[in-house]
Amino acid sequence: MTTLELFFHALTLQAGFNSALVAVGAGLLGIAAGGAGAFVFLRKRALVSDAITHATLPGVAIAFIVMVLVGGDGRWLPGLIVGSALSAALGLLLVEWMTARTRLGEDAAIGAVLSVFFGLGIVLLTVIQTMSQGRQAGLDGFLLGSTAGMLVGEAVLIAVGGGLAVALVVLLRRPMTMVAFDPEHAATLGIDVRRTDLAMMGLALIVTVIGLKIVGLILIVALLIIPPVTARFWTDRVDRLILISAGAGGLAGYTGAAFSAAARDVPTGPVIVLFAFALFALSLALSPLRGVLASALRHRRFQHRVHLRQGLLALARGEAIYDRLTLRILRRRGLIRRDGVATHEGSGAAGRARLDETRWATARRLRADDPVLERYDGLTPIDEVLTADQVAHLDSLLPKPEST
Amino acid sequence: MSADPQIELVAADGRSVAEARPAVPLDVRGLTVSYGEKPAVFSVDASFPAGSMTAIVGPNGAGKSTFLKGVLGIVPRLAGEVRFFGRPFSQARADVAYVPQRASVDWDFPARVIDVVVMGLYREIGLFRFAGRRQRNRAMQCLERVGMQDFADRQIGQLSGGQQQRVFLARALAQDAELYLLDEPFAGVDAATEHAIVSVLKQLKAEGKTVVCVHHDLSTVAAYFDRVVLINMRKQAEGPIATAFTPETLQATYGGRLAESQIDELRLSSA
Repeated sequence: MTTLELFFHALTLQAGFNSALVAVGAGLLGIAAGGAGAFVFLRKRALVSDAITHATLPGVAIAFIVMVLVGGDGRWLPGLIVGSALSAALGLLLVEWMTARTRLGEDAAIGAVLSVFFGLGIVLLTVIQTMSQGRQAGLDGFLLGSTAGMLVGEAVLIAVGGGLAVALVVLLRRPMTMVAFDPEHAATLGIDVRRTDLAMMGLALIVTVIGLKIVGLILIVALLIIPPVTARFWTDRVDRLILISAGAGGLAGYTGAAFSAAARDVPTGPVIVLFAFALFALSLALSPLRGVLASALRHRRFQHRVHLRQGLLALARGEAIYDRLTLRILRRRGLIRRDGVATHEGSGAAGRARLDETRWATARRLRADDPVLERYDGLTPIDEVLTADQVAHLDSLLPKPEST
Repeated sequence: MSADPQIELVAADGRSVAEARPAVPLDVRGLTVSYGEKPAVFSVDASFPAGSMTAIVGPNGAGKSTFLKGVLGIVPRLAGEVRFFGRPFSQARADVAYVPQRASVDWDFPARVIDVVVMGLYREIGLFRFAGRRQRNRAMQCLERVGMQDFADRQIGQLSGGQQQRVFLARALAQDAELYLLDEPFAGVDAATEHAIVSVLKQLKAEGKTVVCVHHDLSTVAAYFDRVVLINMRKQAEGPIATAFTPETLQATYGGRLAESQIDELRLSSA
């Protein structure tokens, strides 16, 4: 079978039990990561979560050593997860402490914790390599994720952790949203900002430790950040952002794991991240709300409206038009002739543009404080803002047009 | 004014005197707030009577906003005692609404105008329930009071500065508080917004609510407010406009930074 056929089989859960297990587990992990990541993104804490993910490594290594020393299996996943969670929590508290109690900025604290913990972890991994039990430990799989020989119990662990993260997101979405938008105001309402932030980082921590097996600790932060950034392209509302982010994370996890099952020797983590990135790139290009293409089109359309209006007002005032784009737009619409003189329609449109401008000016002078009139942008016709009666009343107040 | 809020006077029937009398909406004693080892606000006493509209005025960097944040516990207090209606803030939150500076948040946040106003109903909705139709209607009424009802479904990033300020005021109105603390509500807003905000604040006063604004524009103090607290790290003056907002107190607050001609102008405008 080709890789593509294998990929298709894995996508439809027909590529064997292990592949199906990994794909479902990665999908759940992605949903939890996308949901939790939405708040990390909104609170602008991406770098802090990067520090805590790297801070898991010494915990993994120490847990392995301890479990071997007490005579157990060093690779027992629940034990490794507890160890990684403890050292990540220590890393998080260190970042918090350094930021609050020393004159170091958060970026410096993050840099220090991230590199020191990761360095310590690598040293410990090397030590484990020299232990008799260490040779087959495969702990370096936790760096980039490896799913070969995943056990049912491990998948269940991921599902339970993911479910817990999703439940926390549902439970804490309102205080976390309010703290992300305006922490000072949230504090005056009685929301404990520090604890809410800790809960949010706790969420990121849960996702990190259950993601160790599949995505690995180096890249799990990408699964926290890319889905919400992707979702931001599609919505301006927090509740929808969380849902879309969870969906994008789940989709990337599921398809990425399936692909990695098909292409044997590729580590799972990087593939999942690349699939997440593909969703991001598509959104960046195609989103009708904030996408690059839509923005360019919107800008072009707006530019044309401005040029048309400017051109019509210039015609109404009998001024010469030099701007090439303005001339082209007027000509294409049949408002001016080749030699630049206004056509019949052109004079009519110019007159209407001038009347509209006069109405706006009069209305704004008479009712300077009316919020309705704030919609003046030099382009919107006043009869889209005021009722026909109001416009008629306005016309009775207009200065007499000079007779030409 | 009782001498020390920590000494509770007890009446014959065992109820404290503070309980028997309606308590002052906001009473601040000896408030000191320090960033590092440089105090920004030093031992400030101030009292804000019910139904008053007070401007907190002083030069740039004089600690006006810090005073407000210290009062609300947003920045830690080094010293001092603050009472809201005779209670500590933790027991008076439902009666206090705070409007932070507009520039203190990221307006690209994914929220619509109505979503921000509904945030003011947080204590009412509680942690777990969704905002229902009733809350939405309440939020819409608050938007109407500031003239922003047509913008309810707009993304907040598309608003002008003045419109953003009015949304913040609407969020505070949704809290239905007794005491409103506003940090520079008129900074960088258009004339229409300034009028809208002043008229809402005057309505609040007419309803018997208490309003406190950090304010920077000396020329409008006398027109908008009935009391003033002048601050330049220490409190320089406090009281009704007529007695506390004088050339002498302004000179003391601003030092040489205010030209004589400016002060003369103010004297004319407040006369």
